[in-house]
Amino acid sequence: MESTDFSTLITIAIGAIFINNFVLSRFLGICPFVGVSRSVEASMGMGMAVMFVMTLAGIVTYFVNKALVLVGAEFLTTVSFILVIASLVQLVEMVLQKFNPSLYSALGIYLPLITTNCAVMGVALLNIKEGYNIIEVTIFSFSAAVGFAMALIIMAGIRERLDITDVPKAMEGAPIAFIVAALLSLAFMGFSGMKF
Amino acid sequence: MSARSEFLKGFWDENPVFRLMLGLCPTLAVTTNLINGLGMGLATLSVLLGSNIAISLVRDFIPAKIRIPSYIVVIASFVTIIDLSMHAFAPELHGALGIFVPLIVVNCIILGRAEAFASKNSAWLSIVDALGMGLGFTITLALLGGVREILGAGLLLGRPVLPPGFQPSLVMILPPGAFLTLGALMAGMNMINRKLEVMRAARSKEIS
Repeated sequence: MESTDFSTLITIAIGAIFINNFVLSRFLGICPFVGVSRSVEASMGMGMAVMFVMTLAGIVTYFVNKALVLVGAEFLTTVSFILVIASLVQLVEMVLQKFNPSLYSALGIYLPLITTNCAVMGVALLNIKEGYNIIEVTIFSFSAAVGFAMALIIMAGIRERLDITDVPKAMEGAPIAFIVAALLSLAFMGFSGMKF
Repeated sequence: MSARSEFLKGFWDENPVFRLMLGLCPTLAVTTNLINGLGMGLATLSVLLGSNIAISLVRDFIPAKIRIPSYIVVIASFVTIIDLSMHAFAPELHGALGIFVPLIVVNCIILGRAEAFASKNSAWLSIVDALGMGLGFTITLALLGGVREILGAGLLLGRPVLPPGFQPSLVMILPPGAFLTLGALMAGMNMINRKLEVMRAARSKEIS
């Protein structure tokens, strides 16, 4: 197995969390970002669930892709990835329900939503595109999920305040949320000058 | 429901982006200019059309319990077809859209229409529904891409359209501009809708 030195891993992690934040710069996982970010508690639950599934999905799809390349069936990537992710979510749901009911009751309602979260599929595709090895895949998938969770929690904190402020009538709800997201994204662009 | 109203609902009343808030990821990510927005919209339209037809044709044979996985497989197959055809016939556009072409598979619009419409209606109505929803999505993406291209680069379809004194603001074609444009367009649409409602209420009062 090829080895990766520590500084590369740090660069990958910082890049995925801050510089190319999945939500604010790559536009992956916008649906839950707008839909679930109404309270901090819910977004924490969603963030945890995504971290769990995304890391697993990144690792599993890496091996699936290896297998597909081996038999020369790369055109099946999309079909097999979505099936792997969907069944992985089901599996995680069942395992949690059986062995850790308290965690299940905390994450349960968010798990089915993850299947159609494009961030999970996105991480699987990006892993392949960037040609990461297994260690890099693990780090990248996990950091991407951390970045997603962070953006979600920041957004939820702001929206809890927004609910009690006086917003123009036409702007209420989703439009103002997008304007806030624009400002957040502008703030995160400040990271793009960072070099290691 | 007539075929006419099924076709028209995607443009305004049930516009996938502005009203249902579905398919936001590609909406925001690829609309840096008009062509990309249009290309993404048409790719989604083709997948939606294919999956709606296929699913409405086999809807009586799929057991209710495994319908969602079966829909996903149908959709993923059409996405693969579109992905490979775009790679062959429009390589530049394929490159510009990047991973968002395979990501059409997780676009909630397509699974949403499969579950809410194609699984309950005839193939003919599903075609009409797919065309309406797909064109509504395409027009929205093209609008977003057009606005961002004009404000961010001062161009439309790659040609300068604004007077030379105009200073384009680069931020509009960077990620923040996407959120900003969508938020502003959504607010504008809400405003028009509220005006329409007031007018409708006034008219019904006159009649009664």
